[in-house]
Amino acid sequence: MSIGLPHFLIVSLIVFALGLYCVLTRRNAIGILMGVELILNAANLNYLAFSRFSSGHYDGQVFAIFVIMLAAAEAAIGLAIVLGIYQTFHTIDVEATETLRG
Amino acid sequence: MSGLLLGDLVFYALAAVTVISAAGVACSSNIVYSAFSLMGTFMGVAGLYVMLAADFVAVIQVLIYVGGILVLMIFAVMLTHRIADVRISNRSVGRVPGAILVACLAGVMARTVVTTSWHAVAPGTPAPTTYGIGNAFLGEYILPFELASLVLLAALIGAVVLSRKELKEG
Repeated sequence: MSIGLPHFLIVSLIVFALGLYCVLTRRNAIGILMGVELILNAANLNYLAFSRFSSGHYDGQVFAIFVIMLAAAEAAIGLAIVLGIYQTFHTIDVEATETLRG
Repeated sequence: MSGLLLGDLVFYALAAVTVISAAGVACSSNIVYSAFSLMGTFMGVAGLYVMLAADFVAVIQVLIYVGGILVLMIFAVMLTHRIADVRISNRSVGRVPGAILVACLAGVMARTVVTTSWHAVAPGTPAPTTYGIGNAFLGEYILPFELASLVLLAALIGAVVLSRKELKEG
């Protein structure tokens, strides 16, 4: 059986599940951002797999490039926020930053 | 050719690199190891992009993810991480309930992947994609393309503003 669409979807599924697990279980804010990057990579892999095996057009690749662009913006802003949190709370543990929780 | 073709072997090798590195990112107890495992994931995914005949996206992946986002993350780890700070697992969602939840979700999705008969076209021979992508960007997708530049400008200014406030206070 040659490599087809389901193979890539399964790889992408595993990466997505690991990214979700990372987001759920981490307390470190940078670790959570890493999980988000894993999830975005899984989504990109799906876009490109469907672009190759199901549509034959460039649309999937164009969307993947948009996702990569948004991931770059998200990482820059997210890490700036994390550094701001660190300056304020002297930790990046997301459970310690609960000032607004009342 | 007995059994596996060379392309299949390359796919399985790249998939193994990707999945093992992603597991390292998710499960490593040291955030520095996670950051370096993330590089393996990004490179493995870039290799999978090449197998999907998406050469331009693979190069963009290496340039932006490995060259940009990962360096940014390692900088952030070095700026904020205290070596003694090893408590990185979440208290409200423990590892076992999180793993069970994710396993259930992954099971449902895997079943969907396997049982659905996806619409398939015959994949063409791999060809350079930059011509088509450039035409799509400056033709059909011109409005999202211009909006993307606005988003990047806003992100740039936002990151500068967020970082400047720290310097004033410090």
